[in-house]
Amino acid sequence: MDVELRGITKRFGPVVANDNVNMMIRGGEVLGLLGENGAGKSTMMNILSGLYSPDEGEILIDGKPVSFDGPGDGIAAGIGMVHQHFMLVPVFTVAENVVLGVEPTGPLGYLDLKKARAQVDAINKQYGLHVPADALIEDLPVGIQQRVEILKVLFREADVLILDEPTAVLTPQEVEEFFAIVNSLKEAGKAIVFITHKLHEILAISDRINVLRQGRITGEGDPKTLDEAKLAEMMVGRPVSFTVSKGAGTRGRVMLEMSDVIMLDVTDERLLDHVSLKVHSGEVVGVAGVQGNGQTELVEAITGLERVASGKIIFDGEDITHASVRDRHRRGMAHIPEDRHRDGMISPFTIAENMVLNSYYEPTYTRGMAIDWSAVQETAAKYCLDFDVRTPSVFLPAGNLSGGNQQKMVVARELERQTKLVVASQPTRGLDVGSIEYIHARLIDARDEGDGVLIVSSELDEIMGLADRILVMFEGRIVAEFDNTDGKADRNAVGLAMAGAHQGAAA
Amino acid sequence: MTDGKDLQKVNEDMRKLLARAAFGRGNFEDLFVVPVFAVVAALVLGALIMLATGVDLPTIGRSFVALAVGSAGSLNAVSETLTAAIPLVLAGLGLGLGFRAGLFNIGAEGQLLLGGTAAVVFTFSFPSLPFPILMLFGLLTGALVGAAYASIAGILKATTGAHEVITTIMLNLISIRLLEYILRQPYIQREGRADPVSKSVPDAGQLPRLLDWLDPNLRLHAGVFLMLLAVAFVWWLLFRSKIGFAFRASGANPDAARYAGMRSGLVIVAAMATAGALAGLAGAAQVQGVLGRASPGFSAQMGFDAIALALLGRSHPVGILFAGILFGGLEAGGRQMQVDAGVSIDLISIIQALIIVFIAAPLLVRAIFPWGFRKITKGGKA
Repeated sequence: MDVELRGITKRFGPVVANDNVNMMIRGGEVLGLLGENGAGKSTMMNILSGLYSPDEGEILIDGKPVSFDGPGDGIAAGIGMVHQHFMLVPVFTVAENVVLGVEPTGPLGYLDLKKARAQVDAINKQYGLHVPADALIEDLPVGIQQRVEILKVLFREADVLILDEPTAVLTPQEVEEFFAIVNSLKEAGKAIVFITHKLHEILAISDRINVLRQGRITGEGDPKTLDEAKLAEMMVGRPVSFTVSKGAGTRGRVMLEMSDVIMLDVTDERLLDHVSLKVHSGEVVGVAGVQGNGQTELVEAITGLERVASGKIIFDGEDITHASVRDRHRRGMAHIPEDRHRDGMISPFTIAENMVLNSYYEPTYTRGMAIDWSAVQETAAKYCLDFDVRTPSVFLPAGNLSGGNQQKMVVARELERQTKLVVASQPTRGLDVGSIEYIHARLIDARDEGDGVLIVSSELDEIMGLADRILVMFEGRIVAEFDNTDGKADRNAVGLAMAGAHQGAAA
Repeated sequence: MTDGKDLQKVNEDMRKLLARAAFGRGNFEDLFVVPVFAVVAALVLGALIMLATGVDLPTIGRSFVALAVGSAGSLNAVSETLTAAIPLVLAGLGLGLGFRAGLFNIGAEGQLLLGGTAAVVFTFSFPSLPFPILMLFGLLTGALVGAAYASIAGILKATTGAHEVITTIMLNLISIRLLEYILRQPYIQREGRADPVSKSVPDAGQLPRLLDWLDPNLRLHAGVFLMLLAVAFVWWLLFRSKIGFAFRASGANPDAARYAGMRSGLVIVAAMATAGALAGLAGAAQVQGVLGRASPGFSAQMGFDAIALALLGRSHPVGILFAGILFGGLEAGGRQMQVDAGVSIDLISIIQALIIVFIAAPLLVRAIFPWGFRKITKGGKA
């Protein structure tokens, strides 16, 4: 099945999200769709799946114009979307999730689960998905859950599959398996739209690439003749540097030392299991690992958000095991949180208010019991200029900023103070290459000024590029350590350790 | 030379970032147009309800005239409106502050009852204290007792996670029965009375009437200054003080507040105590300014009306002031309506409720009065 988008324009008030976009999606082909946050990729795909209707232009399926009035129409026409955030019922089995909403039923409407299971197995076999039909979703790893999402779309007989940033949650090994599935879908004649902002992936899997910037197609071409630099330039509109330019750090005293730290959950399961690590001044330590292996808890233990059951945390020579969040912050610990929307900012508050979220009580910003708002606002304006936070005013709600600017705001707040240790968790998640470049440079600056920097990221590329030393976490433990001073740590070995292969060796 | 130019450019950029946006049309619509239309819509619907219950058109006309005259048509009407507004605004300020901190405190009624009773007991216990001292200490007692009572719910939430909606509702029930018990104690019950009525507030403990030199029937008392002071204080507390920033942050995003090192337990207890103090003050102002004694149900459900008031005023102190004056006017006007047109005072409750419904559904108001608003486009966010 071929789908053509012709002259699609979509406006939201004064904002043009898609501006006269033409796109061709062919059966048996993978179309890579690349673009920064807010470039209009999602709007485009929402139009294709029937969620939005375009202001201008038309959609043609096999040459015939169609019009969609709702999300049901898209899937009815054979266009299915696999969302970045899974929409699965955790306590249901795979088969139950797949048939949810279109359940095969027998007489009197009873649920024919046997039939459902058979249908699921048939699809499994056809595309080599290897998903156990009777397993509960909550027992499955993220990579398999994603295949369940694909199963759902295939079950609804989609011929066009839109995959929205599918690799964001996968380990490098899972990505390779995922690519194999994409290829088998392609061979079966399905049309695939692969959305991502990871350049090397789009080059590896796509047959054709479209680049979207500010609602317009700014580039298209054959991955064989393109490279990452060209793609990035099309996407951002200027040349972008990928390699984090950093010299050798000068390693100084120990800034952070954790020894034998254990953290338990409510059922006494070990979230952190005998974790010991050191971060020196002038050193970037990267913590790699598949999400959910204790990295979040590691950061919570260091920053004081959660109590540890046993073990010691020493910060610049002082025991902070039982210190409060504010106390640690005051001693010079900066924390860029993993989820900026949940923890790092208050969306309805102004940018100025967000810039002093954790330092509002300091004498610089206060007069007695009152906050000196004009001092706050001036500081905020200065931070915005220093960290290139693009906003017309510091009085706007932080929620109005784009994702990249929100993160720059958080980074500015954390790094502009006198700091000794920077704990950055997923510092560039969901950001476009331009913002990533900027934030990476600032983290290296912090290192060069003598801070200890601890970066937790599920992006192996980010860890490989930034860290001087790499620790790998698996099931709450640090299972491997790699020297990466010259950027020469073995990428495959790190990937294997992330998947738990080092488990025996390091324990 | 270039340095000077760069500096100039930086200063220019700073100035731009620090320029405040003009008061936008959108703000104007939210803060003024929606409430005004909500009141109009509620009055129209109120008229329809009267029609449906068999009231004829001239009577409906007379009752609306009475509502207007009774709330704002004479000096006495204005005095009654403001007098009714005082406790509502005080209690509403406390609730609004709680809402800002993410606490849905339903307990103003109980805090107000106990605060008011404590003020009465204090003032008749120390009749020898001179005028301003006894009055001020009476108010202070009311505030402290209200704060202490509200803190129970705050401490329960901070230490055990007990939800404040449940605990404050239960504390309300306890306070009602507790009040009846207290009022029957020999030390407190008025001599020679079988029903539970307290002794009176001595003259030195009363909030002085402000306009009785014009007409002894004018009940407006010095509590009106207390109300205005409280509006200013709560505004300062919420938008200017350090603790207020922590209140608002905890209310808007508790996770971010925790991340920022704010202590949620402290915020919860402090916000509940402040809210309770304001509710207690409302009770004290009512007994020391209007009633002169405590009796069962002297609060006349003000603690619950104050919830609606805080929502209507969007938890903003100035909004709560205006909402309180509106409610005070409806109450004063409603009494006049009953006298002049013979319409039940219950209708006023219906109109009050309808106003809240309309305010809570701005999209409905926009749909009913499309010409009052700019066209809003769906998904207007960039």
